[in-house]
Amino acid sequence: MKNKFLCALLFTCLGAAAPAAPAEFDFKDPKGVNNVVFKTDAPLESINGTATGISGRVPFDPDNPGAVKGKIIVQASSLHLGNPMQKEHLHSDKWLDVAKYPEITFEVESAKNVKTQANVTTADVTGKFGLHGVTKTITVPVQMTFLKDKLKARTGKDGDLLVIRASFKIKRGDFGINPGQMEEKVSDDIELNLSIAGAAPR
Amino acid sequence: MAGWLALGANRGWTKTTVTRQKDPVTDIDGPVVEKKFVPGIDLLAVCLTGALALFVVSLFVSRTKNKPVTSSS
Repeated sequence: MKNKFLCALLFTCLGAAAPAAPAEFDFKDPKGVNNVVFKTDAPLESINGTATGISGRVPFDPDNPGAVKGKIIVQASSLHLGNPMQKEHLHSDKWLDVAKYPEITFEVESAKNVKTQANVTTADVTGKFGLHGVTKTITVPVQMTFLKDKLKARTGKDGDLLVIRASFKIKRGDFGINPGQMEEKVSDDIELNLSIAGAAPR
Repeated sequence: MAGWLALGANRGWTKTTVTRQKDPVTDIDGPVVEKKFVPGIDLLAVCLTGALALFVVSLFVSRTKNKPVTSSS
């Protein structure tokens, strides 16, 4: 009886001493708010569009935000342009070939220059960016806002929210999307603005 | 009229969904479509016309007249 009590006490103490596992935030947004805005500004044409088919999971520990990992996936077919013909061209095998390359991905590997003020963390996050069948390692400045207990206000369930914002540029030529061609209409630089919220229910 | 005023006095057509541009919890700008009934001026016009029609009809409907009380004494 005494041994059982000691074992129970030991496990309780070990459990309390062990660091808490980071909560895993799911970025499949039931409200459909999560979005990526993409812009190209060429001499003859300026094109703006959005993508909303976002999913992925990011383990995040507010006590150790620099240890952030995870993967964000954007369905290439969800890229939307206001002009239906432009959208058709964008999805076609001449440009993104969404049938062959259905996902655009970013897999986090490490974070540097991590600064946290209150519930907002900024960091330079390095990871593998996959687009059009090409994967490259890039570094992106990211802002992560941890909203403790705010999931209830959004979905009625207990839990936390993590809002990630990032603005960065890629070169379409680096990803084999018509390199060096039609740059007067579609610039090589593509500006991406990511605004996504993930939920970690309890 | 009171209902139309209470629900926002929308001067456009009646809506069953509204689109907000900002998520109030996360502050993310995005197309958020919510189911919400917002009466417009079309519904207001129908209700006012109905009320006016009922009023006009009520003028032509014969009123119940009190029979004169006759004293038998």
